[in-house]
Amino acid sequence: MSAGRPLRAPWAGPLGLHHPGTSAIHRAPAGLKLALLAVTGAVLVVPTGPVVAGVGLLVVVALGAVARIPVRTSTRGLVPVLLAAAALGGYQAWARGAAHGAEVALDLLTLVLAGTLVTTTTRADDLLAVVARAVRPLRHVGLPPETVALTVGLFLRTVPVVVRVTDEARDAARARGLGRDPRAVVVPAAVRMVGHARATGDALAARGLGD
Amino acid sequence: MIELDAAEVTAWSPDPAGGREHVVRLLGPVTLRLVERRVAVVGANGSGKSTLARLLNGLVLPSAGHVRVDGLDTARDGAAVRRRVGFVFTDPDAQLVMPTPVEDVALSLRRHVPDAAQRAAAATAALARMGLADHAHVPVHALSGGQRQLLALAAVLATEPAVLVCDEPTTLLDLRWRTHVDALLASLPQQVVVVTHDLEAAARADRVLVVDDGRVVADGPPPAALGHYRALMGARAADVGVP
Repeated sequence: MSAGRPLRAPWAGPLGLHHPGTSAIHRAPAGLKLALLAVTGAVLVVPTGPVVAGVGLLVVVALGAVARIPVRTSTRGLVPVLLAAAALGGYQAWARGAAHGAEVALDLLTLVLAGTLVTTTTRADDLLAVVARAVRPLRHVGLPPETVALTVGLFLRTVPVVVRVTDEARDAARARGLGRDPRAVVVPAAVRMVGHARATGDALAARGLGD
Repeated sequence: MIELDAAEVTAWSPDPAGGREHVVRLLGPVTLRLVERRVAVVGANGSGKSTLARLLNGLVLPSAGHVRVDGLDTARDGAAVRRRVGFVFTDPDAQLVMPTPVEDVALSLRRHVPDAAQRAAAATAALARMGLADHAHVPVHALSGGQRQLLALAAVLATEPAVLVCDEPTTLLDLRWRTHVDALLASLPQQVVVVTHDLEAAARADRVLVVDDGRVVADGPPPAALGHYRALMGARAADVGVP
């Protein structure tokens, strides 16, 4: 509890949401942005040292400034990523040296921020169109590209739902005096998410999206 | 026009005593011809009214009999039926699948408007008709429950279905949003079938169906049908000792 402090809306996931704008990054084709994101991911796995990794992070932050993404949009979901980066970097520093640990932590932050930059500057509709084009060959093995693309959209939408359901399950457990029992949170949250998944399937069918 | 011809829905049910599964009847047989512009369906929880609603756009297929919309059979022409019959659920969270309102409405329009820019413009216009223009790019999870239900309606109505089926669309809403959504549904040019527990809203329909224990036990103008429903619920309450 934070007495006297205004409440904040629940965290909605690390991937961000589309933030409309007219910057060059907003106007760049979604396919190009996804391709550059994939290249960034591939380059980051090549060991280059902490200095290059730091420069990569600064470049992504600078691109975020060019796109005029509000700082809060890109940083709110970063706390869990920062914790993961610290844990991973700490382990790597212990196992393979401080330079390697710093590089791993910086690479992880760079990749998450780059992903956030792509999702905040690209409409989900455009992302889905690119995904549908990219997976078109899967049609030959019986997998409709639009279904794969829709799965990506559903993933983006489901993150805040999982957060909300888990928060509500935690509140319900606290109200019953079971706040310290993880089963009182995990079991009802899991049951509700299964119910949500079934209802979403029905809704997709009702909208004719599976036809 | 919606026609149910001896439509029945059955399902396998586990035996609580641990015996073999057996088939139970969830609904029917129901024979109906719905031509009225506003049809309300009322009934107790678990009575089968949602199953009846789901039959109308092929979400549930009849185990026996037929359901037809403008001559299209839901079992044979499911995709065509769903293009004619829009469906709105109680909980909009299950229905809204994209991160922002404009994207969710655009998703509904993918098959109708191939060009992405035109689709985005059509989605924005659909939101404006619902009074959600200012919320087009707001994350869906940041909308209020009433705004989410309006968005669910916008996403369905954007494709201009001939019939709209709503399964308790106002159950989760406060009085202000319930009044707003009711007025909106009343103003639509489409045929609207609404499953509801709101007897005031049901009283404004042209025809009311009362579903009980999987059967349509009353069917007619609101005063008579709702009178039957009130008497039925009164008897049920007395059975379980409710004063």
